[in-house]
Amino acid sequence: MDKKRLRISIFVLLFLGLSFLFSAVQVPPALAQEATPSDDEVNAIARQLYCPVCENTPLDVCPTEACRQWRDLIRQMLAEGRTEDEIKQYFVDNYGARVLAEPPRSGFFWLVYIVPPAAILAAAFFFIRAFRTWKQMAREPAGGSAASDGEASQTRDDYAARLEAELEKRK
Amino acid sequence: MNENNPTPPAPRRGAPLWVQILVFAALLGLLVLVGLGLARAQQPIIAVGAAVPDFTLTLFDGYAYNGAGEVSLTDLRGQVVVINFWASWCKPCEEEAADLEAAWRHYAAQAPGRVIFLGIDYVDTEPQARSYLAKFEISFPNGPDMGTRISQAFNRTMGVPETYIIDQNGILVHVQIGPFLSVAEIQRIIDPLLGR
Amino acid sequence: MFIDFGFGILVLTLAVTLFSIAAALYGFYTGSPRWVESARRAMQLTFPLITLVALALIYLLVSGHYEVQFVYSVTSNEMPLYLKITALWGGQEGSLILWAWLLAVFTSAVTLRKWDRDQELLPWVIIVTAITLAFFLALVIFFENPFARWWILPDNTPVAAMFQPSGAVPAFPNNGEGLNPLLRHPGMIIHPPMLYLGFVAFVIPYAFAIAALVTGRTDDRWLRLTRRWTLIAWLFLSIGLVLGARWAYDVLGWGGYWGWDPVEIAAFMPWLTGTAFLHSVMIQEKRGLFKQWNMILVILTYSLVLFGTFLTRSGVLSSVHAFAQSAIGPMFFSFIGVTFITSLVLLFHRWKDLTATIEMKSMLSREALFLLNNLLFIGVLIICFWGVVSPLISELATGQKITVGPPFYERATSPLWGALMLLMGVAPLSAWGKSTFTTLGKALWKPALLAALTPLMLAALGMRNWVALLGFTLVALVIFVSLHEYWRGARARQKAQGEGFLTALARLAARNRRRYGGYIIHISMVIMAIGILGIEIFQTETQRNMAIGDQVELAGYTVRYDSLAQFPYSDGRFVTRAVMSVFKAGEFVDEIYPRYDLYPGGQPMTIPGVRSTLVDDLYVVLVNWENVSATQTPFKIYHNPLVNWLWIGSGIFILGYLLAAWPQKENG
Repeated sequence: MDKKRLRISIFVLLFLGLSFLFSAVQVPPALAQEATPSDDEVNAIARQLYCPVCENTPLDVCPTEACRQWRDLIRQMLAEGRTEDEIKQYFVDNYGARVLAEPPRSGFFWLVYIVPPAAILAAAFFFIRAFRTWKQMAREPAGGSAASDGEASQTRDDYAARLEAELEKRK
Repeated sequence: MNENNPTPPAPRRGAPLWVQILVFAALLGLLVLVGLGLARAQQPIIAVGAAVPDFTLTLFDGYAYNGAGEVSLTDLRGQVVVINFWASWCKPCEEEAADLEAAWRHYAAQAPGRVIFLGIDYVDTEPQARSYLAKFEISFPNGPDMGTRISQAFNRTMGVPETYIIDQNGILVHVQIGPFLSVAEIQRIIDPLLGR
Repeated sequence: MFIDFGFGILVLTLAVTLFSIAAALYGFYTGSPRWVESARRAMQLTFPLITLVALALIYLLVSGHYEVQFVYSVTSNEMPLYLKITALWGGQEGSLILWAWLLAVFTSAVTLRKWDRDQELLPWVIIVTAITLAFFLALVIFFENPFARWWILPDNTPVAAMFQPSGAVPAFPNNGEGLNPLLRHPGMIIHPPMLYLGFVAFVIPYAFAIAALVTGRTDDRWLRLTRRWTLIAWLFLSIGLVLGARWAYDVLGWGGYWGWDPVEIAAFMPWLTGTAFLHSVMIQEKRGLFKQWNMILVILTYSLVLFGTFLTRSGVLSSVHAFAQSAIGPMFFSFIGVTFITSLVLLFHRWKDLTATIEMKSMLSREALFLLNNLLFIGVLIICFWGVVSPLISELATGQKITVGPPFYERATSPLWGALMLLMGVAPLSAWGKSTFTTLGKALWKPALLAALTPLMLAALGMRNWVALLGFTLVALVIFVSLHEYWRGARARQKAQGEGFLTALARLAARNRRRYGGYIIHISMVIMAIGILGIEIFQTETQRNMAIGDQVELAGYTVRYDSLAQFPYSDGRFVTRAVMSVFKAGEFVDEIYPRYDLYPGGQPMTIPGVRSTLVDDLYVVLVNWENVSATQTPFKIYHNPLVNWLWIGSGIFILGYLLAAWPQKENG
């Protein structure tokens, strides 16, 4: 009973850990304050944004006029001394969550981050459980068919087996 | 190696029922999801003859409707509403900007209170949008499409300029993809709605 | 003439295919081999028929029959001959024809083989492939007809239609719009057919799997028959993916090769399950285990092929790859629905027949590790699948579009990639059936020790990024383990047979191609990983507005902007081309020419200037989306370390594949 609870709590911990991994917040690089921000400073932010006019293309390499304006706006906001987070928030407020490279970690969008680790852990859980059953079966051999299976595979893989045997002999 | 295993006539039995139900439910969910996505992709634009979903447009500073800084579609019942999506980076929008403004002034003078024009600024930056509005001396209410919510409700694959004309009962009567070429073209659509 | 001829043959092919389905069904239910034989012959006929269709279409493309709407939309007088031919897959209609043609190649080939031992599977293999072929032919005929012509209606509007609308007169434009410039690249010319080959070839294993399920012949036979087909499909899919990456790197000018774009992922997902399948197949062959799982993987792979094609071509997802808004969506959707549901019903129906008594003695046995490998591949699949569908879910549930971009996929999948590399290092050393920590440790310690030196060496050279250190350690582990396996085997032969080392090495690989070819494939994968780690972790970039004579420094290189030329080119594009000198440590090393081409339709294309070495790539883009003038020219300069190994690894991959899959004599 206790063992089971332990296992469950390990799973929960693992799950939380994985979820965290999936949603780890990136630390923004410190920005140098200058009079006119350089292209590199603009691109550092633009790279993380996606303009609705060219979907799935990061803003720093999007050739449309709309995106050029966005980059100018980023430059202007940087010059005003706004931080990276403030700028990104401005774009989210104005154009929606789709401008971010991944959805914000809030409300409904948590689903995006929770489902994959949950599904993978569920698969791992079934894998481990199934594995235990199989091991049990191996401990209490069911009958002849399994043994013949093993032999069949042996003959099929005879070359490899011989190789292994030769290797053993050599030692 | 299993060729010596006897294959059926052994009783055929399926997978556990709960697995079957679960898997089919998941599959069905996926198909519904993709199906709805497909339906939206096939029919990205709200249909002429349908009621237009309500929205609230926050106006740019310096613009007002009835003295307020925002306007809702429901407030405009009883008037013909011309909703123009535009952006400052859009060249074809510039072609029609003067015509739209002229048409607006025409109706403001000829049929006051019966026709309202709304400009909705799509995926644009405010400084450029303001200079565009100033350049073409646009006087009818204009505001940004915050969060691209309004444009998404009208057309998932919005490409500016697009203009939607709504009658007095909130029913969409005309969709214009691309610019209007003259004031007369706009009048040809609006005048019949005013009973002229 | 060729128009009507092509279309007529197309319709005839559909009729033949439908006949084949009916005859195979009838033959199966009445137990009449003559009908099945008739169906088989009919399927063989589809290949020459579709070849004629494709030839007719190619003739129209090459000879500039712009009255055909498809020809009009993808070719123009200025295009060279080879591009006019490859324009066949430059648009939805033609690429569907190519798809159908490839399908006919595979189905004809599969019906040509000797069927004596597998008569009962034959009708269903025919039925499944023929239904698929009929579906694609119907799409072409009813929705995306490449032979549709331009007509001018009485009110002067042009329409494209196969048959003359009433009152319309035929139109004969004297030039076409030309191929999308992005597609005028060698990589883009081979990339789609390779990808399609990979996609289409997965139909064959699927057809065999379904045949096995329907007939109840659920032993290993179907698996053995389809192994080669699966390998072929997997090869082409892999090549297609790499070529796509290369194309993106050479042409898109964003400094990378893979953008986790939904359509890229759509092509990647079948590769994931296909790779998992290639591994798990071995467990079934050696140990008779996991029949159900293999069945699931085959069905899943084929479903993902269909699903990916559907997403790309229906407009459900928006992407750089998406075909224009298309009418085939609903029909494709129904086809997918029917395929998924039928496959599942059949699978559940036979579920218990596929059950094998599974025994597993050790978590470290080869079969257990293979299973773990499958689990990891499925994990990556889950992440990819979820990333692709969650924007759809969000749009439905919240009305808001969202972007799921590279950071999501990179963060989520990288631990799994790491684990897969670790498995590649360990699994080849574990034995079938039974393996313990001791036996595994014995085999592993030498290469592992060598691999452990790697991070020390790299750290001494100044590398501090722990992800990179870990990654390169795993790379080294896989390489050392694989080489050690070669060495161990060759030494053993040398001792036992008294051969010279090289002879022993060659014979060793020749006697067990699958195993030793597999090792080379493993090596090629981690060599590709070197390139990926290099560019993903260590890429640096800078953007600068430069005047002629200006210099920029990046990662030890100095790039000098020498001159700019702007001139029209014979095929109508307008070229803006910069000349830049590259210096390293003060020494001139190379001259590169970033440029951008403006095509007549206004479509720009950015071609980077690249200096490529084994150590790094210097990749310079003329940023045409900013204002370009001779006095102030914006450049974006990328330093992409090690990226060349990505392409080198792909070459080794093909070598390893050829070793593993080259037909060998039975019981060799």
